Amino acid sequence: MTTATPSRTRAAGATTLASALNRALRDSLREDPSVHILGEDVGTLGGVFRITDGLAAEFGADRCLDTPLAEAGILGTAVGMAMYGLRPVVEMQFDAFAYPAFEQLVSHVARMRNRTAGRMPLPITVRIPYGGGIGGVEHHSDSSEAYYAHTPGLHVVTPATVADGYGLLRAAIASDDPVVFLEPKRLYWSKEDWSAEAPAPVEPIGRAVVRRRGTSATLITYGPSLPVCLEAAEAAKAEGWDLAVVDLRSLAPFDDETVAAAVRATGRAVVVHESSGFAGVGAEIAARVSERCFHHLAAPVLRVTGFDIPYPPPMLEQHHLPGVDRILDAVGRLQWEQ
Amino acid sequence: MTVDSTAGAPTTAPAANDGPADAGPPELVQLLTPEGERVEHPDYSLETTPEELRSIYRDLVLVRRFDAEATSLQRQGELGLWASLLGQEAAQVGSGRAMRPTDYAFPTYREHGVAWCKGVDPLNLLGMFRGVNHGGWDPDEKNFHLYTIVIGSQTLHATGYAMGITKDGADDAVIAYFGDGASSQGDVSEAFTFASVYQAPVVFFCQNNQWAISEPTEKQTRVPLYQRASGFGFPGVRVDGNDVLACLAVTRWALDHARTGQGPVLIEAFTYRMGAHTTSDDPTRYRIAEELESWKLKDPIERLKAHLVREGWADSAFLESVEAESEQLARRVREGVRTMPDPDPSSIFEHVYAEGHALVDEEREGYLAYASSFASAAAELTDGEDD
Ligand SMILES: Cc1ncc(C[n+]2csc(CCOP(=O)(O)OP(=O)(O)O)c2C)c(N)n1
Ligand SMILES: [Mg+2]
Repeated sequence: MTTATPSRTRAAGATTLASALNRALRDSLREDPSVHILGEDVGTLGGVFRITDGLAAEFGADRCLDTPLAEAGILGTAVGMAMYGLRPVVEMQFDAFAYPAFEQLVSHVARMRNRTAGRMPLPITVRIPYGGGIGGVEHHSDSSEAYYAHTPGLHVVTPATVADGYGLLRAAIASDDPVVFLEPKRLYWSKEDWSAEAPAPVEPIGRAVVRRRGTSATLITYGPSLPVCLEAAEAAKAEGWDLAVVDLRSLAPFDDETVAAAVRATGRAVVVHESSGFAGVGAEIAARVSERCFHHLAAPVLRVTGFDIPYPPPMLEQHHLPGVDRILDAVGRLQWEQ
Repeated sequence: MTVDSTAGAPTTAPAANDGPADAGPPELVQLLTPEGERVEHPDYSLETTPEELRSIYRDLVLVRRFDAEATSLQRQGELGLWASLLGQEAAQVGSGRAMRPTDYAFPTYREHGVAWCKGVDPLNLLGMFRGVNHGGWDPDEKNFHLYTIVIGSQTLHATGYAMGITKDGADDAVIAYFGDGASSQGDVSEAFTFASVYQAPVVFFCQNNQWAISEPTEKQTRVPLYQRASGFGFPGVRVDGNDVLACLAVTRWALDHARTGQGPVLIEAFTYRMGAHTTSDDPTRYRIAEELESWKLKDPIERLKAHLVREGWADSAFLESVEAESEQLARRVREGVRTMPDPDPSSIFEHVYAEGHALVDEEREGYLAYASSFASAAAELTDGEDD
């Protein structure tokens, strides 16, 4: 009576970044009883983006805490919880609402290992939905990565794909160093064929990945700008350019090896990010690339970034955000021979 | 190993959190019962004329109608978002009317009723929610600051503004609006401290609408919020936030207290957020319908209407005229939003600094040249087609 149907793992299906992140939190809570989630509206509601959906119901309100509305309080108490031996995963509701917690992050979270001569690591993950392009009112669209990347002692990670959402969040929670985990909110609902069936890949923190090979020039980007760069690379074919695209994934630590190799392969580079250009992460990247690849470069490293202005109101955000055309415009300025 | 959770229900729920209708806790100031009966309070008296009551009623109805229109404009895609004040009209109109024109208000994003009382054109409130600007009015024109979205921060601004007033020796006062959720922010406690130490003429007006998005007030506090004031050294009062007369009387008293150099006051207006947190929110995920039903019986407009009708101060002609006026307002708002001009892209580079700024100027020029390259490319294309 047995049929010959082979037993096989469930086929990969369309999964959103949001549900992959949810899955990473769920698996972490399940595997490690010291993992605790703290944040505003993360319990019954499951977070305003539903990233913690169902976790309070499954693991209890004392594993997934609806906190008072106070970000400094959330992160400050997470510090104490970590000192006690817990592994807090903090959710900040939006990028700009993490600023009240900035003092805790910079003065305490980032320094505790150093101050205590390694005796007191703080394995805290601070999840922050960031970036624009969702038509959000004021303070809902900031790209705050440069503040964090500038702070010694913090890891700063940002996934751009569904698989990385899972793999990097698992790694962030498992890390014994504090990790600022920046979630590109406009990619929350982007889908990929991905299944968390074993083996679930946990991505090591600190490795960039080449998303597209190319020969003409290299786009270096991360987070919400990755899909824009991939689209630009497609569009560039019409101009005769074959663009490579590097997804940094981790801003700190920075993967010099992968980035430099990708730039040397083409001799031209453009850095793309949403946040303002001045003293931004792109400036650091351009400097590092110039230092390492000077003799391979046919043109200065260019940047396509948000302007150096407060984030504009929704109806104007498309002018501020780097789009395909501005990226191609920059590629066109890479001193091509006639 | 687990930590004690703040998420559980308090073991001893403060009786005061049971709400105004439940046997009316003694600390709740009320001048108009949910049934529309005028009652006296030993500490807060209020003289009103029928004319004034009708005018208050008109404010309540117009503000609610405006709010409903904004909600439907959001549904129709004309606004990106809306934060409804439904249920909180009395708290806002009562406190808003207590202010003199020279008194300054620092609102959250929900104070449409206060804006109305301060004379801000409701249409101007919608620019930010449509996405054309960050707030379409001059704060100093009506002494009504822009909406502040970052929870709690404006309470410090209000306190500093009030400190400025005392430097001038003026007898103006300030109201800082905030919510029950905001009461947890460090900024709010710091504002209480500064206001108390400097005896700043500021009234902290907390609309306890029972919810901070999905979190009920018990997740923010174990004592009634108004009682926090005593720890900072100034008076706190809980008022029936659905009773416009009580809100008016208590806020008037508090503003006078503040402006006469006696320092700050905390008012907790006990009310209810009848709608979703914003149009992006789905309250069925976290609260039960019965709660809403019980608060419907305490509606702020119905009780004033009942009072006016019972006293014979409002006939059907008056009620209909207010109704008609509210429809007119809704129409004006609807048309105004639909014809609101789109903002100019180059405006994003404006007002970043007082003077010209090399970096921003360079970016503006670069962007305009870049944008016009598309325009000229398009023109060339059309020229080509003509050939
Ligand atoms: C600093 C900060 N943290 C989080 C948020 C997100 N947020 C917006 S409204 C809100 C709840 C506010 O509740 P409450 O103070 O009671 O005011 P209500 O919305 O009920 O009027 C939250 C958490 C924010 N705007 N600012
Ligand atoms: Mg509230």
